[in-house]
Amino acid sequence: MSDQTFRISAGEALTAEKITEAGEKPTEAVANYALRLGDDALILAQRLGWWIARAPELEEDVALGNIALDQLGHARSFLSYAALAWDKTEDDLAYFRYEPEFVNLQLVEQPNGDFAATIARQFIISHFQFELYRRLVDSTDATLAAIAAKAVKEVDYHRDHATQWVLRLALGTEESRRRMIAGLGVMWPYVDEMFRDDDLVESLGDAAVRPSSLREDFDTVTGAVLAEAELEVPEGFVARGGGREGIHTEFFGPMLAEMQVLARAHPEATW
Amino acid sequence: MATAAQRKRSDDAELPEDPAGRAHFDELIAADQRVEPTDWMPDAYRKTLVRQVSQHAHSEIIGMQPEGNWITRAPSLKRKAILMAKVQDEAGHGLYLYSAAQTLGTPRDKMTEDLISGKAKYSSIFNYPTPTWADMGSIGWLVDGAAICNQVPLCRASYGPYARAMVRICKEESFHQRQGFEILLHLSRGTKEQHEMAQESVNRWYAPALMMFGPPDADSPNSAQSMAWNIKRFSNDELRQRFVDMIVPQAEVLGLTLPDPAIKWNEERGHYDFGELDWDEFYEVLKGRGPANAIRLERRRTAHEEGAWVREAAAAYAERRRVESEKAQAA
Ligand SMILES: [Fe+2]
Ligand SMILES: [Fe+2]
Repeated sequence: MSDQTFRISAGEALTAEKITEAGEKPTEAVANYALRLGDDALILAQRLGWWIARAPELEEDVALGNIALDQLGHARSFLSYAALAWDKTEDDLAYFRYEPEFVNLQLVEQPNGDFAATIARQFIISHFQFELYRRLVDSTDATLAAIAAKAVKEVDYHRDHATQWVLRLALGTEESRRRMIAGLGVMWPYVDEMFRDDDLVESLGDAAVRPSSLREDFDTVTGAVLAEAELEVPEGFVARGGGREGIHTEFFGPMLAEMQVLARAHPEATW
Repeated sequence: MATAAQRKRSDDAELPEDPAGRAHFDELIAADQRVEPTDWMPDAYRKTLVRQVSQHAHSEIIGMQPEGNWITRAPSLKRKAILMAKVQDEAGHGLYLYSAAQTLGTPRDKMTEDLISGKAKYSSIFNYPTPTWADMGSIGWLVDGAAICNQVPLCRASYGPYARAMVRICKEESFHQRQGFEILLHLSRGTKEQHEMAQESVNRWYAPALMMFGPPDADSPNSAQSMAWNIKRFSNDELRQRFVDMIVPQAEVLGLTLPDPAIKWNEERGHYDFGELDWDEFYEVLKGRGPANAIRLERRRTAHEEGAWVREAAAAYAERRRVESEKAQAA
């Protein structure tokens, strides 16, 4: 993938605080799109954060912590931007929406499972996010482009981390191979949903990236890794999806309750 | 280097005295210079360091848990990010310190075994639970604050790898203390419930934080030798005093009280006086009867055991790669 280049814009030093400060209001449609990408990153960060102090080795506590932190950073940028459209804050969106108001992909809310399942989820989402962000840097919406320019470099590391682990686990021991296959089997049904276009994306034109346009590159790149790992692309059951419309799997509610519990107990407080 | 390290394996018998090495070591200490892994060192010096550095590493690792407890529930995204970064820093500290300890000839596996079998000690402070969000503030302000008082002088410790690890660590610890202070400040100035949450938490953490400096000098038999070796620079009581002098004015800024009615400025000493600590409680926790000892160790053990298959896979894959590249070279 080293031949792929992407524009690195002034968005490098972009933070959630700066987006809020700039106060550049997105249109309703752009805000709804930013909300999707923000929710993907937020829910993934929430899942990954659990691993800190539980990883198989200290180096992985650090690596998964890094990835979770990057994702949380991306989430904060997207949500801060979206929030401007509704005169809200990133925290209003993260802590005071209910389950059906979240529009993340169902993949990211899937439970961590064992390390192999977490790696399978990482493998899928980081390749997806990389393909998405490297196109979103050309968005006609300057803020989305700037957020993507920062995120794409970090996600490039995430996919490398996941790819290396897929190879290690698939080609390591009999047990790790068995677990890697099982992990991919659990997560792969949620792949299909990631590439579905809908009215919102259509209406945004060149401000957004059509999910369906990512499928080919995603299949090529992940397919090559799976081939090197001597694994088959999992087939069979395809989840119905619906995350973008607020339909979630039953794992989502408890996770959200945990994330929001303290903030909701003190709705009038700031922290 | 490998031979030097091997020579110093802790399970080896006492080595015969090396007069030239001994003279060099004594010179380094007298001149307050750094001892490096390849230098000869007395067995007792090495043992003291292995114990101290590995305990310190274990403390960083176990210390991830009480704060890790709140990552998923942090009440704002900004606080969540800061907390995640902090807990991750602690993992990094553990890694630097294990590396420093390894230069003394003790493999990391051995140190890990000692930790999860309960043989090795770690700072008792992490055996207290974190039931409220305000504990994230108290840990940063008081626990990291006490750690800084302890650790800044260690940046000049005589053993080079340890001193250098401490320099990196101390930079991050001051950020940790500041974020803890900010959490408490925000709570203290927030709603009534938030203020109470902050005060209740400080009440719980104050005495345990003061005990982090170890028993009173009179009951600390190993300190004198460590000071002679330039590992320790100040006595337990000196450091404790320094800490109290630091936090009393900070508590005033926070608008919180410290749970010790005996705290009073002593004009003559130029320090704050403070009350006696309950050392029986300290020794109870030290002996493994703290409120969360069993939980912390069990969690570490579980992570280690459940991760075994992953580490085995990584090792097998590395070996497979090595064999492949050898074959490729031979061809
Ligand atoms: Fe630390
Ligand atoms: Fe710290």
